[in-house]
Amino acid sequence: MKFQRISAIIERDMRKFFRSPALMMSSMIFPLMQLIVLGYAFGGKIKGIKVAVVDEDRTTYSRDLRERFNAIVAGPETMKVENYNSVSDAIVDLRAGFVRAVVYIPVDYSRRVDQGNRPQIAFIEDNTDNFVTSEILTRMQDLVKDINQGLNPFQPGQRLTVPLPRLNPLVNLQVVELYPYIEYIKYLLSGSIAMSIFIVAMIGGGITFIDDKSRGLHEGYLVTPITKTELILGLIFSGAIKGLMAGTTITIIGGLIAGIDRLWDPVRLLFLMSVLGITSIAMISFMFLLMVRVSDPLVPRAMFGVLNTLLYFPSGAIYPVEGFPVWLRWISYIDPFTYAVHALKALLLKNTGFSGIYSDMLILTGFSIVLVSLSVALFKRQI
Amino acid sequence: MNTVETNAIEVIKLKKQFGDFVAVKEVSFTVHTGEIFGLLGPNGAGKTTLIRMMTTLTPPTSGTAKVGGHNVVSDANGVRHAIGVIPQALTSDPDLTARENMNIHAKLYGLSTSDRERLVPQLLESVGLTEFSDKLVGSFSGGMRRRLEIARGLVHSPKIMFLDEPTTGLDPVSRTAVWEMITKLKESAGLTILLTTHYMDEADKLCDRIAIVDHGQLVALDTPIKLKDSVPAVDIVEAEFENPPADWTATLEKLKGVASVAGNEDFTHISTTNGPLTVRELMDTARQRGVNVRRVSVQGTTLDDVFLYYTGRQLRDAASETMKRDMSHLYK
Repeated sequence: MKFQRISAIIERDMRKFFRSPALMMSSMIFPLMQLIVLGYAFGGKIKGIKVAVVDEDRTTYSRDLRERFNAIVAGPETMKVENYNSVSDAIVDLRAGFVRAVVYIPVDYSRRVDQGNRPQIAFIEDNTDNFVTSEILTRMQDLVKDINQGLNPFQPGQRLTVPLPRLNPLVNLQVVELYPYIEYIKYLLSGSIAMSIFIVAMIGGGITFIDDKSRGLHEGYLVTPITKTELILGLIFSGAIKGLMAGTTITIIGGLIAGIDRLWDPVRLLFLMSVLGITSIAMISFMFLLMVRVSDPLVPRAMFGVLNTLLYFPSGAIYPVEGFPVWLRWISYIDPFTYAVHALKALLLKNTGFSGIYSDMLILTGFSIVLVSLSVALFKRQI
Repeated sequence: MNTVETNAIEVIKLKKQFGDFVAVKEVSFTVHTGEIFGLLGPNGAGKTTLIRMMTTLTPPTSGTAKVGGHNVVSDANGVRHAIGVIPQALTSDPDLTARENMNIHAKLYGLSTSDRERLVPQLLESVGLTEFSDKLVGSFSGGMRRRLEIARGLVHSPKIMFLDEPTTGLDPVSRTAVWEMITKLKESAGLTILLTTHYMDEADKLCDRIAIVDHGQLVALDTPIKLKDSVPAVDIVEAEFENPPADWTATLEKLKGVASVAGNEDFTHISTTNGPLTVRELMDTARQRGVNVRRVSVQGTTLDDVFLYYTGRQLRDAASETMKRDMSHLYK
C-alpha cells in the first residue's frame, strides 16, 4: 500500500470539491433549514388552548376550584378558560373543535368533599392531538395536586387552616434539574449536524462516485497500478475530510442559531471535531458498502430519501429511542446516526467531555473498520 | 532469440464468457515489439473485451496473455506498470485541469515530484496542449481530450500502448492529428502499439499488421497489403456509356477477368479480378462497337472488401439485432 496513491485520490477529490461549491452548499442548507423550521415548529411552548369549564355545583368549593384553575392557567398562558352553563353544549363545541377539553364539575362535588367520599371532577379531552392533550393533562394534574394540598387528609371536609404536622403522609416529589432548560432547537441540533455529514456522504460518496463510474472515469484509474484498498481508502478519507468540514460548519452556524452556551470552548470543540471525524468515516464507509456494486446513476438518487428516513428518524435525533417499538430500536442500534447523535448531544447539551462520548466513538470506529473491510472485499477492481 | 524480447504481447487461447454468451472465443496471436497492431472489427465483435483482458480490466474465463513479459492473470500489477491504456470512453476528469489530470495519474504510477515537473509539461507540449494546461478538461473538444488522454497514458513511459478506438467520434482534423501522434510515438519512442478501430482507412494507414475480429474470433491476421491480396475479384470498374447497344451488358460480361456486371446500360459496375486489364479490353471493345465512353474509373481492393470477404458483412450492418445483444454484455 502506497500513501502517494491514496493521497493522489484524496487530492483529486478535494480539488473537485472546492471547484464546485454545490456539494458544500447543499450539505449545509438542508440541515440548517430543517434545524430552524423544525426547531421553531416543535420547540415553542403551546399557548392559548381553549378549555371549557362547566360548573354545575356552584358552591364555594367549586368556585374555589375554578379560581385555583384560573390561577394555574394564568401564569404560563397554556390555556384560555371559557365558561359554559351546560355540559352538553360544551361537548358539542369540543367535538366541533372550538374547545380542546372540557373540565366538568358535577353537581355533587361539594357534597362529596364534605363527606370525604372521593370527590370527582371530569376531564374530557379531544385526544386527536397528543401534544396538546399531554400539555393540558400536565396542567390538570397540577390543579388536582394543588386542590389536594388544600384539603385535610385526616379530617375529610375540613379545610386546612394551619400547616400540616411534620408527619405528612403525602409524599412530596422534589424535582432536581441537572441542566438548564433545553429548547427543542438545541435538542435537534445534533441530528442536523449528523444530517449534514450524511448528505456529504450521500452526494460525495454515493451520487458522484456512481456518476464517475458510469462516465467511465474509473476505467482511467483502474488501468493504473492502484490497488482496490488504496482506491477505497483514498475515496473514504477524502469523503471524511468533506464530512468533517460540513459537520464543523453546521456545528458552529447551528450552535449560534440554537444558542449553545460557551460554543467556543476549545476543549469541547476538539472533542466535537473528533466525533465529527469518526462519524464522517463511518457514514462514508456505510455509503460505500451500499454503493460498491451499484452502477446505475439513478440508484443513489432514488435511495436518498429512503436512507435519510431510515437513518435520521430512528437515531433519536428528534424523539428518544426509548419511545420506539422493538423493531425500530433494532434499526437504531445498527444506525451510525444513533451513536453520532448520542455523542453530539452529550457534548453540546451536557458538555460531558470524553467520558460521555468514548463508547460512541468506540462503536463508530468498530463500525467503520467492519464496513471498510467489507467494501474492500466486495469492490470489483475489474470491469 | 528470447521470445519475451521479440513479442511484446502473446495471447494464448484467451476466452471470455458472459453467462451463456461467449464474447471472445479462444483467441491466440502475438504482437511483435515495435509494431502497430490493429484489431479491426464491427461493434460488438469482442475487440473491447479482448483489450480489457490484455489490460487486466477484465479477468479472462480461460486462457492467458503475456503483456510485456508479464502474465495478465498472475502478475496483473506487472502488466499495469508496463502498459499505457487509452480506453474507449473519455476517462479524463472534466472537473480537473489538463495538468491536474496528468499529475494525479503520474502519482498513481509513483512518479517523483521532480519527474512529474519535468515530464508533465513535456508531454502536454508533445500533444499540443501547453496553452491549455491549466484549463478545465470539461471545456475541451473531443479531440483535445483524446490527445490529453494519450499524453496521460504516456506519463510513466510505458513500453506498450493500448488504444481502444482512439479516433471514434472525432472530426477529420482531430483524427489526422491523432494518427500523426501515434505514428510519431512508434518512431520516436519505439513503442509497441495495439489499437482497435472500425475504420478501414485508419487501420490501413497506421497498422503494420491487422487482425480482423468477428463474433469473438480472429478471422484473418496479416499485413494490410497481404490481406488485400488474399481477397479474390474485388477490383471495381465503374464506367458510363453513351448509347450502348442492347447486348452491351452481355458483351461486358465476356471480357477477360470479369466476374459480374451490375447497374443499367448507362452506368455500370464491373467486378473483376484484374482492374487495369478489364479497362484496356473495355476501351478496345467500345471503340470497335462505336460506343462512346463518357467516364471510367478503377477502384482497387480496400480493406472494406477484405472485411466484407472475411466477415460476410459490411460495417454498417453492425447495428443489427445480434449486435445489439452482443453490446449489452459490454455494459454489464
